[in-house]
Amino acid sequence: MARAKSTAPRDSGVLLLVGTMKGAFLLWSDEKRKKWRADGPHFRGESVYAMAHDNRAGRHRTFAATRSFYWGGVLRSSDDYGRNWSSPERQNVRFPTDSGLALVQIWQVTPGRPSEPDVLYCGVEPAALFESRDAGESWEPVEGLLNHEQRPQWQPGAGGLCLHTIIPDPQNAKRMLIAISAAGVYRTDDGGKTWKPRNVGVRAEFLPDKYPEFGQCVHKVVHHPARPERLFLQNHWGLYRSENWGDSWTDIANGVPSDFGFAMTMHPKDADTVYIVPLESDQFRCTPEAKLRVYKTSNAGASWEPMTDGLPQSGAYETVLRDALVSDSLDPAGVYFGTRSGKLFGSSDEGESWHEIADGLPPVVCVKTATLT
Amino acid sequence: MITIELPTALGAFVNGKSHVVVDEPCPTVRDALAALGKRAPGALDRVMDERGEVRQHVNVFVNDQNIRFADGLRTPVPDRSTITVLAAISGG
Repeated sequence: MARAKSTAPRDSGVLLLVGTMKGAFLLWSDEKRKKWRADGPHFRGESVYAMAHDNRAGRHRTFAATRSFYWGGVLRSSDDYGRNWSSPERQNVRFPTDSGLALVQIWQVTPGRPSEPDVLYCGVEPAALFESRDAGESWEPVEGLLNHEQRPQWQPGAGGLCLHTIIPDPQNAKRMLIAISAAGVYRTDDGGKTWKPRNVGVRAEFLPDKYPEFGQCVHKVVHHPARPERLFLQNHWGLYRSENWGDSWTDIANGVPSDFGFAMTMHPKDADTVYIVPLESDQFRCTPEAKLRVYKTSNAGASWEPMTDGLPQSGAYETVLRDALVSDSLDPAGVYFGTRSGKLFGSSDEGESWHEIADGLPPVVCVKTATLT
Repeated sequence: MITIELPTALGAFVNGKSHVVVDEPCPTVRDALAALGKRAPGALDRVMDERGEVRQHVNVFVNDQNIRFADGLRTPVPDRSTITVLAAISGG
């Protein structure tokens, strides 16, 4: 993969944001998505678990959550596609002193609703939600979740007690759903004042009570903004769909080689189409049968089919983590994923065929896209 | 008077210098780091977390003594001491 000094995006195409254990890479392609120009690593040696691009209100702001192994983490931003990054003097996402908590790392950066163009959210470890109302300049914790009565009983998964999924309701400014490993799904209907667990039907294989009120190790939840009440969930064992904003969940692991996995992403235009990468068991956590297969449902989970054209089908002991699978918003949709072994794959035909965009990267922990117009 | 020596990685928070001189009395390491925070809050954020604890992979020495093996942030700081902040050898 070419590593140009600077990748200057043109006025159209796709920007790929790739966070790794040792820095971030920005890649750009035109709408054909066959050839990619790359720039990086940014933040050499620091892990980047969360990235986002915010193009609301005339901005072209890229966010990167960087964490030094030694000196802690900050949220940086760039308004020129990574040529220059902010370097906050103070740790800009921080817990109140009296909380007794300290930031481990930022796991998710999510722009808010289109109707609130200066609002963004951060999900962090230890599990908490932060909100910015000034386009990411300053951040405050959402107190209703920070002081949640069930917090003392939340237990970390192997990756830590992380809030990794943030889904604001585009139609209701008071409603939002978040997911925590391993506390499960929570939803607010009053703008963040109160949060209730929404895990009915989601199993916790690792607890004596397999269907507790909370404590599930949810790995990822996605939905389509045009049908916001329908949610898809990849669990630590289990694939689920909800048709009622998480009030109840139905098993949809129909025809997958394993219902364990981390990554899940939504088709940009079709509320019935979802992509996952199943992994073999929580003990092994690699692709089943050493075949790298993306599974796609086009009927909301009634069935799943493997997408393998261009992906290695032998000797591929790969792992795709929870934020390392994503789609773009072009037509036909592009789908991309990165592996813990440092490979980056892309499809420009909705997953029908794949090509390797990069190899030899540090372990990939997040892949995000932005469509440039 | 004490001197707080900082690694190159934190130079950006002290105008590129390698050390900070503190004139006021600092009986303990906690006092000395608080004095650093008044002069360079960004540097202190990198050394200590929100709870006021030294980050896990940062070592602080009073002269040649690692405070982890002394009395932590309560470790006494004699006048004319040098406090040295270093990244630990851990890493991934």
